[in-house]
Amino acid sequence: MNDRTSRLLLLGSVFVIATCGLVYELIAGTIASYLLGDSITQFSTVIGVYLSAMGAGSWLSKFIHRREGWIFVQVQLLIGLVGGCSAALLFLLFPIVSSFRVPLYGLIFLVGMLVGLEIPLLLRLLKDRIEFKDLVARVFTFDYIGALLASLLFPLVLVPHLGLVRSSFLFGMLNVVVGLMSAWLLIPRGPQRRLLAVSGFLLLGALLVGFIASERLMAWSERSAYTDTVIYAKSSPYQRIVLTRNGADLRLHLNGNLQFSARDEYRYHEALVHPGLAQLTEARSVLVLGGGDGLAVREILRYPNVQTVTLVDLDGDVTRLFQTQPLLTRLNGNALNAPKVSVVNADAFTWFATNRQRFDFVVADFPDPSNFSLGKLYTTTFFQRVRSTLEPGGALVVQCTSPYVARRTFWCVNETLHASGFSHTAPYHLYVPSFGEWGFILASDHAFDAPLRLPAGLRYLNENSTRNLFDFPPDMTAVPVEVHRLNNQMLVRYFEEEWAHYVH
Amino acid sequence: MSIDSSMIPASPHNDGPSGHTHRSTRRQFLATAAAGAKVAATVAATATGSALAWGGCTGAPSFGGGIVGPDRILGHRLRDRDLPPPDASERHNVVILGGGIAGLSAARSLAQRSIRDVVLLELESDTGGNSRSGINAVSAHPWGAHYLPLPGPQATEVLQLLQELGVTTGHDALGRPVYREEYLCHDPAERLFVHGRWQEGLIPQLGLDAGERDQVSTFLARMETYRRSLGSDGLPAFAIPVDRSSQDPRLLALDRITMAQWMEREGFRAAPLRRYVNYCCRDDFGTGIAQVSAWAGIHYFAARSGVAANAPSHSVLTWPEGNGWLAARLREQIAPAQIRTRHAVFGIRPDDHGAEIDVFDATLGRSLRIECRALIVATPRFVYRRLRGLPPDSAAQYPPWMVANLTLHSRPDSHGMPLCWDNVIDGSPGLGYVHAGHQSLHPRPNGTVLTYYRPLDHADPSTARGEALKADWAHWSDLTLADLSVAHPDLRRRIERLDVQVWGHGMIAPSPGFLWGHRLSAMNHRDGVVHFAHSDMSGISLFEEAYIRGLRAADAVYQQLQTTA
Repeated sequence: MNDRTSRLLLLGSVFVIATCGLVYELIAGTIASYLLGDSITQFSTVIGVYLSAMGAGSWLSKFIHRREGWIFVQVQLLIGLVGGCSAALLFLLFPIVSSFRVPLYGLIFLVGMLVGLEIPLLLRLLKDRIEFKDLVARVFTFDYIGALLASLLFPLVLVPHLGLVRSSFLFGMLNVVVGLMSAWLLIPRGPQRRLLAVSGFLLLGALLVGFIASERLMAWSERSAYTDTVIYAKSSPYQRIVLTRNGADLRLHLNGNLQFSARDEYRYHEALVHPGLAQLTEARSVLVLGGGDGLAVREILRYPNVQTVTLVDLDGDVTRLFQTQPLLTRLNGNALNAPKVSVVNADAFTWFATNRQRFDFVVADFPDPSNFSLGKLYTTTFFQRVRSTLEPGGALVVQCTSPYVARRTFWCVNETLHASGFSHTAPYHLYVPSFGEWGFILASDHAFDAPLRLPAGLRYLNENSTRNLFDFPPDMTAVPVEVHRLNNQMLVRYFEEEWAHYVH
Repeated sequence: MSIDSSMIPASPHNDGPSGHTHRSTRRQFLATAAAGAKVAATVAATATGSALAWGGCTGAPSFGGGIVGPDRILGHRLRDRDLPPPDASERHNVVILGGGIAGLSAARSLAQRSIRDVVLLELESDTGGNSRSGINAVSAHPWGAHYLPLPGPQATEVLQLLQELGVTTGHDALGRPVYREEYLCHDPAERLFVHGRWQEGLIPQLGLDAGERDQVSTFLARMETYRRSLGSDGLPAFAIPVDRSSQDPRLLALDRITMAQWMEREGFRAAPLRRYVNYCCRDDFGTGIAQVSAWAGIHYFAARSGVAANAPSHSVLTWPEGNGWLAARLREQIAPAQIRTRHAVFGIRPDDHGAEIDVFDATLGRSLRIECRALIVATPRFVYRRLRGLPPDSAAQYPPWMVANLTLHSRPDSHGMPLCWDNVIDGSPGLGYVHAGHQSLHPRPNGTVLTYYRPLDHADPSTARGEALKADWAHWSDLTLADLSVAHPDLRRRIERLDVQVWGHGMIAPSPGFLWGHRLSAMNHRDGVVHFAHSDMSGISLFEEAYIRGLRAADAVYQQLQTTA
């Protein structure tokens, strides 16, 4: 090979390094935005960390005095390894680590520093072969054009066709290929070159396995089941928790069932809390059953008269997630960390057995009664326990699935509340775009006729829209149904029939 | 099933040491699979399931377990009369033999009437008899009887008890009791594995032709007619307790033929229906339609006439530990000092003024002579006959049973209807299993305990008993899995423990002529100061019978003490 070819190949490697470097940076920025939200902050900090790390790498290059070729190749292989695995690592680490920013910026800094080390080393390697002014011009030209290529490839080809994890493995492999080529050019035939070749090919194989397995990994996880990008997935002892993100929309799924969409959850949670609580101007203590996302608590905290909020949710993994992940604490206004709020991770039935406290308002925000275990949380036995913890004049609100899709289910909850001893119930409903027509029922031993004192800052409810909630058009009015008891589980049977009918 | 009778040493020949832990190995399992030609298909299913499980795990599947229950050594010593002579004596007002439901009921009743100085002697280490239960880290679970149907209006004593225990909380405007719903069997109650999938309910629905369907509904309508009908004496045709049933000779004539003969006579020949009725008889009496009298067979369907404000008539009460819950509640009102467990009675000498009892205290290893003014024998009748040196009564048959408690770390997969309380496999030699976690109000998605019941009615009771007492844990474990794997090929890999109890004398079987012949009525005569209290005296082993027999014996003792005082 003549000198010209080897010069071109080395300059070509600058191009690849630059492309790969920027791809890793974009991947990290995108993952950070997905997982932590607020893309402006994430991209700014990622770019900042990456560029400063390159500076650090360049500075460090002065401590390398000899064997530049050997080190250049090794650094190439290292970039391939770290950068190639970075996306998979970040996704895997997110549910495990308490502070996601440490591994995030750590990885970015490492890749940036290694890339920053490469350019000065290459300049030194080529300084005797090319005149200095030509060398600088060409290296930086390739560097910046590589960046352009990366910035075009990333949104147009990589993300839509390969996804983040596979893109990162692919570019890792490219880095390794360039490393192997450089070894062939820069290192004389001998044991050193053999060592580099062997480790390079091993690395290439490993990244290839990652590239192929990443698809299987994604199929194995729910990523393929959700149309949106899965940013978090974990199996707690009780359920599969999956968070997806699509643009500004963030969705929580438990066992594959949508719990909320950030786009319209305010409609649901305003309707869940305010029609009841806004009538109880003296309410001091509130109990939330289920609702581990803290979104109902966020609404409850709008009332200065409320002194304590007790949230009882079975799944500590859910409440921890909504207490710690910035994207989610931003959504619930950090409600679960508020001083008035105490979070208890217990099963509601078990908790009632030991609870001595009484409450002015109880919110039952459980998943729909889609199986016989969940059905127990809507029985006369359960509502009787709730009733016995209410202060005189207190009220309960229950989320009751869709009165449009599951009309008998909805009215069955109403019958069950009456059979549990509540003398007054007030069913109501609203339209939540991501759910459809949705229903709730207030229950108390007193009539619901107190004036409403809605807190400021609501986006859906005002006095007028609240009044309209209680009006049922003919296709959703009451139908004759049986009471849901532990020994008949009528609700689960209605629910199954009605939703199965709706879906098919 | 609902069985009760105080437990007796089932096993003088029990080879498996009590509580010994076994570990089944792959080799052992494969050897069994090769040997079990009779159950080749089911074992193949197990092998497939297990092979899949092994594929994903390291090493062979293994789970612990053992044979629990009757004290084998004590049983041997009792049989061989290898017990020291009494070296001390005590005097007590009343002695009760047997701590099953009847004995506990009598003791509780005497305690409520402030009769002091009562001693209850129980052979086993725990009271409860056939209602005994166990508990482990995963769940409480029954070892025998596991439910109580809503008591009908004739079972006034039982209704009263349920009110005292807070199982009922009041009455509605129609006078019907209101039940605590957490004690009513939660929905879904029953499912049947038939044609490769689970259906809801125990009456076969899948794959029946029109004729079979018609027979099933005709049969159920007949049973409903019997349930509502009265005899010529104005009493209900079939009642609990049994002796409050009508004495109409046309009805009692049903006791002279077997259930199978009655079904044949009435034209109920459809195979799925016969399997269902056979299952019901085996479930309640430990033996099938060919052995059980038609009166008893129909009684199973026609005597459950309870009403409730908040549940349909056919509902049952149940707890994770089965009727162990009821046994524990009865015991709560008896002073602990009155109950002496691990006490084996080996001699009874009644006379006109009282009785003398020789009893071996297995804990202290010494024998004692107890003199008492009144004696309640609340053991099965064959135990009493043995103690008095009388020959066994050939008409009173007690088929042996096997019960296994399977502690699982995760729940088995199901095609069709999800896990219910009672889960039965159509045409199986077992009775399926009861799910201990069913009544739990706490979501426990992972572990649970399944209680598998199997009456050993493939041979006559004494032959089957002899075989059963020789069998070891591995035999029972394989037998259980071969049966359940038909419906749950994945079961083996989910098992943490499999514990077995063999009931040598499960419960009395009401064969033709037994219930309404002369033998049973002879059984009920008081023998001087000896009062009898056991469901054996009713001929049907039910909680209600045992409880009421216990109360009646306590009444009689109370009368006796009042008159002699």
